[in-house]
Amino acid sequence: MGIKHGLSGKPEASIDFSKRRRPAEGTIRTLLFISAAISIFTTIGIVVILVEESILFFGSPEVDIIEFLFGTEWKPMIGEFGILPLLNSTLMTSTIAMLVATPLGLFVAIYLSEYASERVRGILKPLLEVLAGIPTVVYGYFALTFMTPLLRSIFGPNIVQIYNTASAGLVMGILILPLVASMTEDALSAVPSSLRQASYGLGATKMETSLQIVVPAAFSGIGAAFIVGLSRAIGETMIVALAAGAGPRLTANPFESAETLTGYIVRISGGDVGYDTVDYNSIFALGLVLFITTLMLNIISRKIVKRFREVYE
Amino acid sequence: MSVVFSSPRDTAQEHLFREHNLPVRRRKGLIWQAVFYAATSIAIITLVTLVLSIVDGAFGYVAVQNQIEVEELVGPGRTLDSASKQELIAMLNEHLSRGLVRRFDFEAPLMERSNQDLIKLVMREVVKPQVLGSWNLVPSLFQKDLILQEAAQRYPGADIVFRSWLTLDFIGASQSSIPELAGIRTAIMGSLLVIMITILVAFPIGVGAAIYLEEFASDSRLNRIIQVNIYNLSGVPSIIYGLLGLAVFVRGLEPLTSGALFGFGAGQTANGRTVLSAGLTLALLVLPIIIINAQEAIRAVPQSLRDSSYGLGATKWQTVWHHVLPASIDRILTGTILSISRALGETAPIVVVGASTFISVDPNSIFSKFTTLPIQVYQWTARPQGAFRNIAAAAILVLLVLLLTLNASAIIMRNRISKKRRQA
Repeated sequence: MGIKHGLSGKPEASIDFSKRRRPAEGTIRTLLFISAAISIFTTIGIVVILVEESILFFGSPEVDIIEFLFGTEWKPMIGEFGILPLLNSTLMTSTIAMLVATPLGLFVAIYLSEYASERVRGILKPLLEVLAGIPTVVYGYFALTFMTPLLRSIFGPNIVQIYNTASAGLVMGILILPLVASMTEDALSAVPSSLRQASYGLGATKMETSLQIVVPAAFSGIGAAFIVGLSRAIGETMIVALAAGAGPRLTANPFESAETLTGYIVRISGGDVGYDTVDYNSIFALGLVLFITTLMLNIISRKIVKRFREVYE
Repeated sequence: MSVVFSSPRDTAQEHLFREHNLPVRRRKGLIWQAVFYAATSIAIITLVTLVLSIVDGAFGYVAVQNQIEVEELVGPGRTLDSASKQELIAMLNEHLSRGLVRRFDFEAPLMERSNQDLIKLVMREVVKPQVLGSWNLVPSLFQKDLILQEAAQRYPGADIVFRSWLTLDFIGASQSSIPELAGIRTAIMGSLLVIMITILVAFPIGVGAAIYLEEFASDSRLNRIIQVNIYNLSGVPSIIYGLLGLAVFVRGLEPLTSGALFGFGAGQTANGRTVLSAGLTLALLVLPIIIINAQEAIRAVPQSLRDSSYGLGATKWQTVWHHVLPASIDRILTGTILSISRALGETAPIVVVGASTFISVDPNSIFSKFTTLPIQVYQWTARPQGAFRNIAAAAILVLLVLLLTLNASAIIMRNRISKKRRQA
């Protein structure tokens, strides 16, 4: 806050104009602080609830933590709780999504930041925002009614099941594309134009300047965009709930159905589950895994931005 | 050209040319440029395909078969609209079991019902139109003959009509297990109620938090933690908020969220799976986004404005209330509208909190069971029958129009602001 440093810029000699207080002022300040602190309570709430229910889950006789981490079957009916099939399909849909979103997002961003005219950018950027604003359940509809039939007509209905991770992953990639593109574009635009001019001055072509100068200079921002996109893909729910199929299955075939972490949580909680059953507790344990994974990714992405950001004057 | 006979100058140039490989580099540049163009085109084509696939589902031919033709009921050349109330009730009595008629009479006396209501009842219970097959828009337009042929073969006796699934009736009707009679009124009401709660809770708290962090907070450890925490919360998957809402609002605070504390709970079976729980859950979900947006808005207010206010002897809060907020409120509102439109489209957390799978009664208070538009889309899409996909598409169109209106108003507002700033 600039005012704290007073006119001379030295804190000791500051004249604090905001000193004059009225009785209500303190109350208002407290209220505002409480508003801000609610976010802390939210986090504490999330952590406490996920951990508490997970402890109940691991405390129940059917479950043991080694089996949970390394078991290859998730069949609550017969007391098998191995997370690998769920993790595997989450990883598969996310990988497919990132394979679509990363190159496309990067190229779209390079085009927008380096090649497009002001007018084209003025049209395309809001268009990307529209794409980003479409609810995920609509993408789910798209996956099921467009992408899956398309895949089935390309590869044959015998190979591609009605519910499959490939369709979910591809559409998820489209969902994440605007996010990756706009974050990358921000990073590219932040590279000062003096760098580009220096590169042109040395005789580089436009493409060499873009790919060898601008992209490396914006690397931290691009990396952050990738990781935020990945974290979004892992937490994405409605597309996989609609298109990837119900029933966890350990498979490496993207054309088979396999339920993901989020898909399982939403299916179980959408049905009638009694409180304090193993099923009920299990979705919180899975939620904890999901929470930790995405939190780590988000923290890493901010660390990358902080540590590797090139600072230009 | 041989090297021996060329002048030194020529060799140098050729050397340069080869060394720098200009044609190859230019070609490479063009190829990459084509790649960039292609990527952008793919993104645009996808957006167009997405919209088209929804429109494709919302219109098209259907094969309908009525259990009893309307003309049989009211005589040739007439429609149900022209039938009198007595005639309509007579139809019900004639074609339905007495027990069923008595049940309808018990729900709401038949004589007191409006004609419109009775016609709907007759349609649903007596005429019972059944969609046997439905086709999407694209085949309906380009393969009409094929469809007519196929329909005649597979559904003899059925009428083939071109149908728009998105109609005023669709928007005004309540949920039904028969796709051609189902509507989204209940879902729209549910969505609006939930969003109302979300705005009422998240807006004041979000803006308050932003004011605190930008204007009041010193650079203390606690405040830094709050700030980092808000950034982290904005990246938490929405389904986790659903789990939080399920455990805290639905289960933990059940007496409050089911309305039992206020004497509302009697006769309700919502068990805390109410509009209030969903609204509060979504409020927590959009809170970080509202805070971050509002912070940016407040940060954009020039420091000189604050300094001059202090210079005139105003207190901190007076400065915030009379100068900082009015100067940033339009940007704050823009950010809020965008986050509200995010909340309107959220599905996963509300499924987890427990929107009802099937209700045909409009939510009448914040303690009612409810369903929302995205949930309705989800449930209809998940069903294998074709006709449900069609009404899912129609519901998506309504949802998208709602969201587009919200977003457009935010974008227009933003453009007006930047114009105003430029003039100032």
